[in-house]
Amino acid sequence: MTGRFHPRQGLQGTARFRLADVSAFIARRIAQGLIVVALVATIVFALIQAAPGDPFSASLENPAITESVRESWRQSYGMDRPVGEQYARYIGNVFRGNLGFSFSLQRPVADVLSDALPNTLLLMFVGLFGAFILGIATAVAQVGKLGKRTDRLLGWISLTLLSVPDFWMALLMLVGFAYWIPLFPIGGATDPVIYGMLGTTGRLIDRLHHLILPALTLALLYFPLIARHQRAALVEVMPLDYITAARARGVRESAVVTRHALRNALLPIVTLLGVAFPALLTGAVFVEKVFSWPGMGLLIVNSINTRDYPLLMAAVLFGSVFVIAGSLLADILYRALDPRMRDER
Amino acid sequence: MTEPLLSVESLRTWFHMPGGIAKSVDGVSFHINAGETLGIVGESGCGKSVTALSILRLIQPPGRIEAGSRIVFEGNDLVTLDDAGMRKVRGNRISMIFQEPMSALNPVFTVGDQVAEVARVHGTGSRRKAWDRAVEMLTLTGIPSPGDRAKQYPHQLSGGMRQRVLIAMALMMNPAIIIADEPTTALDVTIQAQILELLTDLKDRLGTAILMITHDLGVIAETAERVLVMYGGEVVEEASVRTLFEAAHHPYTEGLMNAMPQITESRDRLNVIPGTVPPPTAWPSGCRFRDRCPYSWERCETEHPPLYQIGEHHTSRCHLAEEPERRAHPHLPLVEQAGASL
Amino acid sequence: MPTSYTAHLIRACAMNADTPLFSYAGLASARRLIDRDRSAVFAGALLLAIAIPCLLAPLVAPYDPSAQPDIIGLQSRPPSLLHPLGTDPFSRDVLSRLLHGGRLSLSVAIFATLVSVTLGTAYGAVAGYSRGILASILERFLDALLSIPRLLLLIAVFAAWRDIPIAGFVAILGVTGWYGVARLVRGQVLALKNQDFVASAHALGASRMRIFLRHILPNVVTPVIVAATLGVGHVIVLEAGLSWLGIGVRPPTPSWGNMIQDGSGQMASHWWISLFPGLAIVMTVMAFNLLGDALLRALSPRRSAAS
Repeated sequence: MTGRFHPRQGLQGTARFRLADVSAFIARRIAQGLIVVALVATIVFALIQAAPGDPFSASLENPAITESVRESWRQSYGMDRPVGEQYARYIGNVFRGNLGFSFSLQRPVADVLSDALPNTLLLMFVGLFGAFILGIATAVAQVGKLGKRTDRLLGWISLTLLSVPDFWMALLMLVGFAYWIPLFPIGGATDPVIYGMLGTTGRLIDRLHHLILPALTLALLYFPLIARHQRAALVEVMPLDYITAARARGVRESAVVTRHALRNALLPIVTLLGVAFPALLTGAVFVEKVFSWPGMGLLIVNSINTRDYPLLMAAVLFGSVFVIAGSLLADILYRALDPRMRDER
Repeated sequence: MTEPLLSVESLRTWFHMPGGIAKSVDGVSFHINAGETLGIVGESGCGKSVTALSILRLIQPPGRIEAGSRIVFEGNDLVTLDDAGMRKVRGNRISMIFQEPMSALNPVFTVGDQVAEVARVHGTGSRRKAWDRAVEMLTLTGIPSPGDRAKQYPHQLSGGMRQRVLIAMALMMNPAIIIADEPTTALDVTIQAQILELLTDLKDRLGTAILMITHDLGVIAETAERVLVMYGGEVVEEASVRTLFEAAHHPYTEGLMNAMPQITESRDRLNVIPGTVPPPTAWPSGCRFRDRCPYSWERCETEHPPLYQIGEHHTSRCHLAEEPERRAHPHLPLVEQAGASL
Repeated sequence: MPTSYTAHLIRACAMNADTPLFSYAGLASARRLIDRDRSAVFAGALLLAIAIPCLLAPLVAPYDPSAQPDIIGLQSRPPSLLHPLGTDPFSRDVLSRLLHGGRLSLSVAIFATLVSVTLGTAYGAVAGYSRGILASILERFLDALLSIPRLLLLIAVFAAWRDIPIAGFVAILGVTGWYGVARLVRGQVLALKNQDFVASAHALGASRMRIFLRHILPNVVTPVIVAATLGVGHVIVLEAGLSWLGIGVRPPTPSWGNMIQDGSGQMASHWWISLFPGLAIVMTVMAFNLLGDALLRALSPRRSAAS
């Protein structure tokens, strides 16, 4: 049980990081991360090689691309070279940022991804933020009335939402709040017609208007995870003496939970960030498709249908890197806040 | 005769567990007069801490103060008082000092913050005023450079200082009663003496009543005026401190007294009371001490003894009050007999 | 550590037994404990109510799932007496497809989980038992695999291999899901192999394999069962998602996921086509989650009764 947070110690106010330890740890984790990236790249490469046909067979359906063009692509991608050499080239390309060329969009993959990434980031972060707020609020509400009806009801709601598939939830939200009750737009990040004509505030509002529904969907899908963990963490803290002592001072129950208990129980949530990243990216794939949100998820889904393998594989690789980086950051953050790194007494 | 400050009547606090009901406090009655120090003494598991928590209604489910209990304080029954009213009592009119100073302080807040919180919660003026009063209280409890200490975190203070902080917290609103739950158990012996001195000193100066809960008869001797002895969730003896030490009646009290090592004695083995406290889910029938008592007889098994009046302010829950001649024939306590026959 | 009963009781007051800690309780006691747990009974009943009709679909379903008796007249009809859950855009009965789809989705999920659990237990056992550099390598490799997002990997694989037979589909699902179990088993083995009863068995001359099979494995089984139960729920959702994207179960074979896809385009007007498969998924996964939770509670050593 290494690395487990002990509620008695909690967060200390005076932090003095042992810098050498922390930076050594970071370096180690980054090295590990790179190895994983290489691993994923290898798997992706193997898939491309093993898949029936070659990456260019999709373009067979495109009359504009003649056989000679395909040949020249094959040559430039070194398809006629032995596998080992192709692999080396591929890894080299990946680490240099050359991710190939997208056929369906007729642009370099790297450009396509870099355009889509900010949108996904925006959606994911807003969704994550919403999930945390909802999750912590739910946990606090549950612990305030532990064992009673509110606790159980919220527990059931959490469980139900955890059992709902992402894409179905997204569909319901879309139909519910964009069709049946037309509160929100039916898709996209901005209005295709009006956006260009709006001023700065108008544009901001338009973007927000488009962002709310997909972000809310993500938040609703993932807050139960956070609520469960936070509730468990709070339940560990509540029986401790200093909580009883706070009550004995006359502090009201709501303040006991939100002020005294919560501060000590927030740390485990940071570890959740590491889990939340891959989860949210998975969710984003479906949510982006349903809401036509121009992010990486939509790219991935579309490239499945257009058989644009370079784009698909690169997007998968990219997504993995993204997730790895996210959990690495969460890990570092947790270690930095770990009370054992602080001055001991 | 003046009205007592706090009057506990037939307090029963039971814990409703899936395995059975633990009757931790099972019919306890006592009173505290203004300005006096009442001691409650007993082994762990006898219900004394639960009594203290019950007074301030800090018992959480599955524990519950059972119907029929009454705790009268300043004209209100604390058992049935509404939550808002109860919060006005806690920390304000009745304060509590906990046993473990480290765990009673929240590690993420400064000590000053926590002490000042009492004033903030009970609505006296600004944060500034609350902080000033906190520092004032810290000075009162003898903490050096209180202004600086107030800005520190609990883990930066020693055990003795933390306990002083808790005492300062208890004094903030000048309460009528301070409940001290084993205030010195977790401290070194030398610090213990200091803290007890502090408490007595403060009591003299401020006239606060103190409910001193402890398992240590020495602490009782030093601080209390009257004593309750608890066993098996009940009061088994009540007397003034002097009477208790000079003429204890209940066999359990006798046992406790004998168990105290005397520096003037020379002996090879410490006296112990044989056996252990029975679990509160299954109190024995009749007298709860009978299996460990050197005087018990058949009546003790069948008839639960009431509190007999022994002297003017001295009561004892023992049938020996009616049959004192039995005291001349001690025998091996039943637990030891059972052990011997194995 | 305060041993006073009072402190114990006071702690017991605010704690519920839902902090997960695996104990070494046997299966028999788990079953006994489940009987006392109402949500477990509910979950079990729900699961049976869903699983039995689905598994018996060929016998129970009112229509053939691919039958199109009246292509024009029965296209996207709302629920009626003849078709209790309505018909889909291809004029097929939704209820029948739901039952058959459930049969497929459940089977896929269960078999894939079996594969995951087997692989995971094997890897975890080896990793837990090994020492030195091998242990290190195995651990790091596992950490690496855990970092790869499962859905993306599956999308990449299934988009490249379009016409994969169902066995291959299940196998790949299983192969991408064993990491969690492996980590769990590894942790358990590590904790257990240093215990006294293992040392004494060793001292009495038992071989490594025998110790593993008779002493360690039974203790590992119970948390693995919990993980497997929750895992089935995950795979159901995963398979549904892949089918919805078009790279899971291919039409016309019904699966809850591709049924939702059939109705996605007309969700606003013809809501029943996508609603019922979705509800089926929610209820099934919820049942598995509840069951897993109940098993977790039954096996947790920290119960609210003070000892």
